[in-house]
Amino acid sequence: MTAATDASTQAASSETRAPWALTLPALMLFVGVLVIPLLMTVMLSFHDWGQYKGIEPVFILKNWQEIASDPYYAEMFWRTFRIALLATLITAVLGAPEAYILNRMSGRWKGIFLLLILGPLLISVVARTLGWALLFGGNNGLVNKLLMSLGLIRAPLPFMFTETGMVVALAHVMMPFMVLSVWAALQRVDPQIENAAMSLGAGAFTIIRRIILPQIIPGVLSGAIIVFSLSASAFATPAIIGGRRLKVAATLAYDEFLNTLNWPLGAAVAVLLLLALVLIVVGSNALIERRYAEVFR
Amino acid sequence: MAFLELDRVGKQFGSQTVVEDFSLAVERGEFISFLGPSGCGKTTTLQMIAGFLEPSRGAIRLDGRDLTKVHPAKRGLGIVFQSYALFPHMTAAENVAFGLEMRGVKREDRAKRVSAALVMVGLAGFEERYPRRMSGGQQQRVALARALVIQPSVLLLDEPLSNLDAKLREDMQIELRQIQRTIGTTTILVTHDQNEAMSLSDRIVVMSQGKIEQIGTPQQTYERPASAFVSQFLGKTNDFAATIDRTAQPARLVAGSWHAPAPAGVSGAVTISLRPERISFADAGLAAKIITRIFQGNHWLFQCETECGPAIVIRQNDGTPQPTEGEAVRLAWRVEDMSLRTSGGAA
Repeated sequence: MTAATDASTQAASSETRAPWALTLPALMLFVGVLVIPLLMTVMLSFHDWGQYKGIEPVFILKNWQEIASDPYYAEMFWRTFRIALLATLITAVLGAPEAYILNRMSGRWKGIFLLLILGPLLISVVARTLGWALLFGGNNGLVNKLLMSLGLIRAPLPFMFTETGMVVALAHVMMPFMVLSVWAALQRVDPQIENAAMSLGAGAFTIIRRIILPQIIPGVLSGAIIVFSLSASAFATPAIIGGRRLKVAATLAYDEFLNTLNWPLGAAVAVLLLLALVLIVVGSNALIERRYAEVFR
Repeated sequence: MAFLELDRVGKQFGSQTVVEDFSLAVERGEFISFLGPSGCGKTTTLQMIAGFLEPSRGAIRLDGRDLTKVHPAKRGLGIVFQSYALFPHMTAAENVAFGLEMRGVKREDRAKRVSAALVMVGLAGFEERYPRRMSGGQQQRVALARALVIQPSVLLLDEPLSNLDAKLREDMQIELRQIQRTIGTTTILVTHDQNEAMSLSDRIVVMSQGKIEQIGTPQQTYERPASAFVSQFLGKTNDFAATIDRTAQPARLVAGSWHAPAPAGVSGAVTISLRPERISFADAGLAAKIITRIFQGNHWLFQCETECGPAIVIRQNDGTPQPTEGEAVRLAWRVEDMSLRTSGGAA
């Protein structure tokens, strides 16, 4: 009797332990490569640094005070999020129609164009961004040369080291994420729904505005969250287009780490970027979920 | 002239002919079913009437007016889709109101007509529900209300009940028929369910491989099927190979040990087609042996092996003793209950 109870409690406890034991390798990896370095970065941001003394493991608020008081950082963060927001807007405005058209294509063409949209993801971001530099980079840029030889412009179009350039290049790099996200939303739309609206007397424009758009808005918004967070934390594209002159949070943190060697300040910038992004993403996600909870689940 | 006319309508996708030579005249207020197996072209025909597909040949006329030239949004037809195709981001009332809004109906008038339509389909009080939070049957009713509120000249139903479970489907059939009778809208139903077609329609169009097999009332198509396909598709049927014996005096129609006076104008080999419930056990007739006997509540179902091949017999459970498995029996039927086709012939 007691033996049986013992056996069953043992079985029960091993049952509760089994899932933990099974997730342990993944958990260790997660803690080891993400949580610990992140905590160390947070701690690092409270350390002191000097040109000659290097990093001192003390607890001070110097870096945070510097970021809060120097308007340079406020401007830089404002620029980071402005660029990310504009890139997100462009991907949404261009990507949603792109996904809609893609979804209406017939089988074979759909496959080809889906490959064309996803293809760039196979190429490095650096290569894709350098492509823009080749087209618009100063006097030697292909497009600039062409436009100037045609007499359409006098001076080369400013693209490199401008915010416009960064926004355009980022929008291009991030486009597949938006298209895929909207496309996934379109897959859930009843294929007969446009016919239903048409039979009730709706014209093509009304169908898109009143029937299709409201149903893919959640897809556009989740795509926007992906594009925004990736754009705000992007490094390669701002580094190539913006260079040293036009810094964003990611390139600034990089420079603090590798050029100035002021690790604590770089860590503070990185942590602040992370916090801001988490707040924005979680906040907008909660907003979206509350707004569309009734309709989509 | 008929209200809705389809004149030798055909549809081709590439080299594949999906609908061929489809001619039908529908009277005002009639309930017509397109019945056939999947891929027989019934939905394609419906979509051509709705305007989502353009016919490759032929003409469709509504009230004497050529419909093929009219944009689907201007045809004024009500359509209920198999998937219902409700707008998931709109409430039941908004769904129903959409068609009225497109027609520029004033707000107060709209609200009145929407609630009247929802009452008609038994959904009063569901105005503010979103489709996701309604059952399949309720969604179906919203779809019906949405199609009917615009007072369509023709109501098109594309397998509207196929996603409902059996019990609910029966209830909806009765309700659908009642609503149609009350408001008198000309209705075309596409279905692959012969019971549904028979219990709802004034006339059935039986289709197979893009062609019309038979047009007739449910009784006509069931009792007097025009082809082997129709008799097979509309319920169970028995086919017996028989011959006409002109040497006997008078001439006889013979199937095994069963015989009857030969009808005029037929000779040689024929096929007798017969519904299972029209066969009775008798003292003389086609010799058979009961293979299995299945009790189905209100009736018995017998599978027999006869002189002319296998046969199914259905007898009402009226309390009389029934033959048991393995028993040798004789099968008989009245001449007017069978239909006769010359073997090898088209009909």
